[in-house]
Amino acid sequence: MKFVDEPIAGHPLPILPGHVSPGRFERVLRAGVFAVTAELAPPDSADPEEVYARARIFDGYVDAINATDGSGANCHMSSMGVCSLLTRVGYAPILQISCRDRNRIGIQGDILGASAMGVCNILCLTGDGVQAGDHPQAKPVFDLDSVSLLGLARTLRDEQRFQSGRKLTKAPRVFLGAAENPSGPPYDWRAMRLIKKIDAGAQFIQTQFCYDTLLLKSFLQKLEDLGAADRVFLLVGVGPLRSAKAAEWMRQNVPGIHIPDALITRLRGAEDPAREGRNICIELIQQVHAMKGVHGVHVMAYRQEESVAEVIDKSSVLAGRTPWYPGRDCQGPAEVSTADRAAS
Amino acid sequence: MYRMRLWSVRHARGLNQLYRGLENVLVMLQPLLRRFSEHRVERSLAAVERQIKGFMFGCQMCGQCVLSSTGMSCPMNCPKQLRNGPCGGVRANGYCEVSPEMKCVWVSAWEGSQRIPGGIDALRGVQFAVDHRLQGSSSWLRAVNERVSAAARSTRPGASRAGAR
Repeated sequence: MKFVDEPIAGHPLPILPGHVSPGRFERVLRAGVFAVTAELAPPDSADPEEVYARARIFDGYVDAINATDGSGANCHMSSMGVCSLLTRVGYAPILQISCRDRNRIGIQGDILGASAMGVCNILCLTGDGVQAGDHPQAKPVFDLDSVSLLGLARTLRDEQRFQSGRKLTKAPRVFLGAAENPSGPPYDWRAMRLIKKIDAGAQFIQTQFCYDTLLLKSFLQKLEDLGAADRVFLLVGVGPLRSAKAAEWMRQNVPGIHIPDALITRLRGAEDPAREGRNICIELIQQVHAMKGVHGVHVMAYRQEESVAEVIDKSSVLAGRTPWYPGRDCQGPAEVSTADRAAS
Repeated sequence: MYRMRLWSVRHARGLNQLYRGLENVLVMLQPLLRRFSEHRVERSLAAVERQIKGFMFGCQMCGQCVLSSTGMSCPMNCPKQLRNGPCGGVRANGYCEVSPEMKCVWVSAWEGSQRIPGGIDALRGVQFAVDHRLQGSSSWLRAVNERVSAAARSTRPGASRAGAR
């Protein structure tokens, strides 16, 4: 997908009427095509090249890249650092903000800083508890929760002020997202709770891994019954399982992940479990693609990032289009009028 | 006390009624309370509140009580102190990801809310982030004062009630 107003890499797109951000991720979703996002695990390093190497793996297959914010409460390069590097070369990163490590003063500053660095998408998360990570002795902050964080970000953008009321000279132009876990109890409440996030400001949703399509379908049905299916762009979380053992470990140790026994049996019986895991992932993507109320997939392939291209390619959900990556349009950028640049 | 907290959620309906009754009594008593210094009333009520609510709900005295809109399950017992519903880490058995021996306070809130008339609707409302300056203060007194001042606003100032006082 190539936009007629395609800018020079690293520069913002003009903000179209009805859009909130100058980013390509919002453009893709609002254009009505099936979107693909992937999760980048920030390196344990201060080397920018490691970040770019991790992003390049997804070239041509994803519309936006999520940079996790201390996922699993483990220390890594910050999401802010990763996103700032990625915007420099034109990628569309999704900044993840967790409420675990910073209070409202820190977070509001980060949102302004990120927007200034060209970040157009923010995923508002609660975050894992510190007990889950490599620094269990740390102080959990949780000054906000994901819903109040969404409200705060929306206030910055739409009311152009801090929570304190102090005015901003320029509001951050960001597309706001939130997470949901259709496979977590209390199941009956999940759809209603998602509406609360939408009411607070969420415009796109990326879900936790959904291996159980029955739970996902009933969640989508409830969302539709509540009249919220058209109010948000929903990207379903998927990812390849490496083996039956890995799947069982995840089920046991990663809270909120539900993997049906049938999938584990299938992996156990397979000659090449990793291959089978990718096949399962491809099938899931195709099933999800056919579901009403789903606008894309979010691929989380931790330590198997190189498999993302394959599962997206074989599931053919991109329908022949090539998401933007640095150097895709090697014939040179389309014309950028100064008027467009000024408008953005 | 954990067991007491679970009991309170099981009896959310009755406790919610009791709570409303208590609020009405305090509203009636408000003219009397005003004879004492605000600081003294605040301190005494907060002490009573701390004991009773601490025992019944595991109250942490956040000072901004939302019990009646969370099925009588205090959200401040959530290790992440979430005020707007469960996180994504709730275990399949409905227990907490951080403290596996504790039932998720939001799973309890969902159960308790179904016992209170209008409880599910109350869950829909977005709760703002906690004001940490109110930590330790009496939310009963705040609720009563808010109700009294709301009533005063609705009956126009200068009307007979204001004159009678």
